[in-house]
Amino acid sequence: MGRSDAARLGVADPGRRNFLDLVLQIGFVSTAVAIVYPVWRYLIPPKMAEPASAASVIAGNLAGLKPNSGVIFKFGSKPGLLVRTPEGDVRAFSAVCTHLSCTVQYKADTSEIWCACHNGVYDLGGNVVSGPPPRPLEEFKVNLRGEPGQEEIVVSRG
Amino acid sequence: MLQRVVDWLDERLDLDDVRHFVGEKSVPVHVHKLWYYLGGVTLFLLGVQLATGILLLLYYRPSAEQAYESVQFIVTTVQFGWLVRNIHAWSANLLIATAFAHLFSVFLLKAYRKPRELTWVTGVVLLFLMLAFGFSGYLLPWNELSFFATKVGTSIAGALPLVGGFMLRLLRGGDDVTGATLSRFYGMHVAILPAVTTLFVGIHLLLVQRQGMSVPPSIERKLKPGDELPQMKFFPNYVLRDVVLWYVALALLAALAAFYPWELGQKADPFAPVPAGIRPEWYFLAMFQVLKLLPSHIFGIEGELVGVIGFSLAGLVLLLVPFLDRQTARGEPGRIFTVLAAIALVFMVAFTVYGYIAALQAGAAP
Repeated sequence: MGRSDAARLGVADPGRRNFLDLVLQIGFVSTAVAIVYPVWRYLIPPKMAEPASAASVIAGNLAGLKPNSGVIFKFGSKPGLLVRTPEGDVRAFSAVCTHLSCTVQYKADTSEIWCACHNGVYDLGGNVVSGPPPRPLEEFKVNLRGEPGQEEIVVSRG
Repeated sequence: MLQRVVDWLDERLDLDDVRHFVGEKSVPVHVHKLWYYLGGVTLFLLGVQLATGILLLLYYRPSAEQAYESVQFIVTTVQFGWLVRNIHAWSANLLIATAFAHLFSVFLLKAYRKPRELTWVTGVVLLFLMLAFGFSGYLLPWNELSFFATKVGTSIAGALPLVGGFMLRLLRGGDDVTGATLSRFYGMHVAILPAVTTLFVGIHLLLVQRQGMSVPPSIERKLKPGDELPQMKFFPNYVLRDVVLWYVALALLAALAAFYPWELGQKADPFAPVPAGIRPEWYFLAMFQVLKLLPSHIFGIEGELVGVIGFSLAGLVLLLVPFLDRQTARGEPGRIFTVLAAIALVFMVAFTVYGYIAALQAGAAP
């Protein structure tokens, strides 16, 4: 077989064959990237803008919250916990347990904040007393607004 | 008539290979042969899940506003809806139980040794897939318990180092467990997981067919050279025995569905505290109890992180058992892994029981 035959059949020209293999491989990889990248981005949920109402909310009124009790309120899209201590102080925390983000509740018999999921206990300053939570609860700022006897409880980020 | 159909097909497809395969296939008979039935009954329950799952799809609505109501509608208004839903829920639990039993029997009989390493690996992947089915399906009725179970479960994924935050958002479809999470779990439960499971079941069964049943090393060692184990024909002898067990499973499912209906509970409320005495399904209970007992920090690392890393490592070890058990690979009695399996079993049972008792006490306390 002469040189020109081999060249015509394209079998004995490793340079050309390698080049074509490379082009083919680049083509396949590009196709894969062009499919996988949009799918990957599609899977990641878009970031929602923090709702404006989360800066401060009216969580309830003082008359409705007896000493030694607690109630869940909506703080933007997350639950908050409004606590009235046995002494009558009003405090507000994020109700999202710092362990595995269950919603905590006020326990009147021990005057503590309790998470039923994994038995985490916080004191009325939001600090961890026992159980698995690694950090204290996030505390919010509480202001009372309005006429005495009809005060609204306004909660805002500290 | 049937013979004419078979002949028609035979003429075109040449069914000799199939006939030969079915005719030749046999199962070894020995003292441990009972354990061979667990894979078959697990496959049967998977079929039940597929059938009842498709039926539930006809009425179920995957949105935070309608999911709970649609399940309520299925169990209260649709004819035999209660039966379909209860069988789906009970069969899911039986399936996980038989899959675990299958895993432990294969483990203790060392069926994972060469040449069946890949059968083991695909089997463990299938167990993980079944747990993912359980976890994603649990949320779909959108009730109080499932809502918080999902919060905790996804937070556990969120506790993973490096990829945690990303995993959390990927699973939840946002920062919180919302209707977006329900849509994702629904998609996983009815499309992604079934597709992946079909693939793995296919490979698993293909491998079992190609390699035949494993004879436990303890039986092999007792055989004198030249001796052969008695065999049972797969078709019809073994298949009919399989079917007997499938009927038992079906009867059990019907009885459980009729006498112990699966509760629907309260509709999920993202702004309600977690109810006391909350606990996950029994197959996650041991993990749940461990997470409960871990202190907040272990050697300066957050306790939940230690737990998550521990569970991940345990899963990895389970997956790689055939490659780690060098004793069995050398043909010696693999005592180390037998002891490990026993410890794992005792640990899981003990923590599951402990989790039950702890949840009962917490639920009874005011």
